[in-house]
Amino acid sequence: MNMSRHHISVTVNGNKREADVDSRTLLVHFIRETLGLTGTHIGCDTSNCGACTVILDGKAVKSCTILAVQAEGKEMLTVEGLAKDGKLHPVQEGFWEKHGLQCGFCTPGMLMTSYWLLQKNPNPTEEEIRRGISGNLCRCTGYVKIVEAVQYAAQKMRQPEAPVPAR
Amino acid sequence: MISKESIIASLNNVGPNTLYELSKRLILLIPASFDYVAPRTLDEGVKFLEKQGDDAKVLAGGHSLIPLLRFRLASPKYLVDINRIVGLEYIRESDGYLHIGSLTRYADVEASQLIQSKYQVLSDAAGHIADPLVRNMGTVGGNICHSDPANDLPATMLALGASMVALGSSGERVIPAEQFFVDTFQTALKLTELLKEIRVPVPSAHTGSAYMKLERRVGDFPIVGVAAQVKLNAQGICENVGLGLTAAGPKALKPKGAEASLRGKKPGEKEIREAANLAAQDAQPVSDLRGPAEYKREMIRVLTVRALQRALERARGGT
Ligand SMILES: Cc1cc2nc3c(=O)[nH]c(=O)nc-3n(C[C@H](O)[C@H](O)[C@H](O)COP(=O)(O)OP(=O)(O)OC[C@H]3O[C@@H](n4cnc5c(N)ncnc54)[C@H](O)[C@@H]3O)c2cc1C
Ligand code: FES
Ligand code: FES
Repeated sequence: MNMSRHHISVTVNGNKREADVDSRTLLVHFIRETLGLTGTHIGCDTSNCGACTVILDGKAVKSCTILAVQAEGKEMLTVEGLAKDGKLHPVQEGFWEKHGLQCGFCTPGMLMTSYWLLQKNPNPTEEEIRRGISGNLCRCTGYVKIVEAVQYAAQKMRQPEAPVPAR
Repeated sequence: MISKESIIASLNNVGPNTLYELSKRLILLIPASFDYVAPRTLDEGVKFLEKQGDDAKVLAGGHSLIPLLRFRLASPKYLVDINRIVGLEYIRESDGYLHIGSLTRYADVEASQLIQSKYQVLSDAAGHIADPLVRNMGTVGGNICHSDPANDLPATMLALGASMVALGSSGERVIPAEQFFVDTFQTALKLTELLKEIRVPVPSAHTGSAYMKLERRVGDFPIVGVAAQVKLNAQGICENVGLGLTAAGPKALKPKGAEASLRGKKPGEKEIREAANLAAQDAQPVSDLRGPAEYKREMIRVLTVRALQRALERARGGT
């Protein structure tokens, strides 16, 4: 039995994807190189920065610190899966409206963590937001605008039908 | 477990200009090849370890092991992923113990009402390990089996008087926390054993506990940390005290002199200060990038005072 290569099947943004991977392939490399979904970033090699954050079976995790084979049979959401039918997810809209980014490198990870945070806690305080995103490092913004973006998204998601202020 | 010697040996392997060589070696940051197996039952896992234990590493949350593999400080032949074993994630009280399945994630410990109400030192500590993303993956068992002196849970388990339930092919073995932590990256667990669960004695009335951690920034390993549990009697006299020190020596330390100094006393400011001085004396911190040894020793003293104060407040019914 060959235990160094594995056939895996993962539901990625709603679509079933299959591939052969090495035991040692990291999930982030599988996402970027095998699936071609380069929205998920690699910002460090030390499991510190959170740029690689994806949602795996409902939990925000660092995809650089998980093996691809561990995702077998699981559901994964990457930043490419947030927008639906050409419409930005409220979290994305928040970052757009509140200018929650500068260079944008940390943004995919920030979006995924914010998405997870709001699923768990639809009405977070500023402190809860800051604590919630503490595993995602941003070298540009100083976080103030990111926190505002998450607050915007939280409000939008709580009142999905409320009219959106014009830009 | 990954021994200190094997890490030092692998660092020595890279030649005289260690840092430069190491940086060249680290560019890849992809683990060496290994075979991966994912047993579905404990029995299957233990059988595999019985056969291949010497060449295998258990993969739990992976948040210490995968970085070690990437840096090639560990290159096992087999990785035994226990994440597919059903029934290793649980938190429940029965038979006078809190039972925590070894695969229970920090996030679940942090969120547990039971733990928040009776084992506060554990929710304090679990809620301050790394960051929320790490806490979604990291496991109580992995934190303990890794036995990094900077891991927050070993000292917590020492303060709580916990025991570890090891499972091997010949059955279960219960190891008290004091004997479990042997040295840096070394535990009493055999290569052929799995850690199955952690058992914490259910605290009696008038017991309180707390964890104090000093970090350079949120999400970092501690500079130092102190875990405390205090049990009072109806007269407010200290019946029992458990302490544990994080990042204060080659492994998590139990400052016994400090514990003994409080027993049988009504703990006031003077008694707490005395205990904290003894704890700081017992500590063996080393100077590193998180600060010089003298600073850490002083911080252990300060945090011991604060952890005891908080534990006492909780024992007396505050939160
Ligand atoms: C950015 C970052 C910050 C961190 N900050 C902190 C911090 O502040 N405090 C802290 O305590 N930790 C911190 N950590 C480490 C983290 O808590 C790890 O999760 C933990 O040290 C190991 O637990 P794990 O479940 O991830 O185990 P793994 O990494 O999977 O395993 C660790 C070791 O334990 C062994 N093992 C695991 N489970 C078992 C078992 N059931 N039976 C036998 N052997 C087993 C493995 O073989 C391996 O040798 C941090 C990690 C990162 C990446
Ligand atoms: S790439 Fe930095 S945490 Fe994953
Ligand atoms: S916007 Fe540049 S790192 Fe966050």
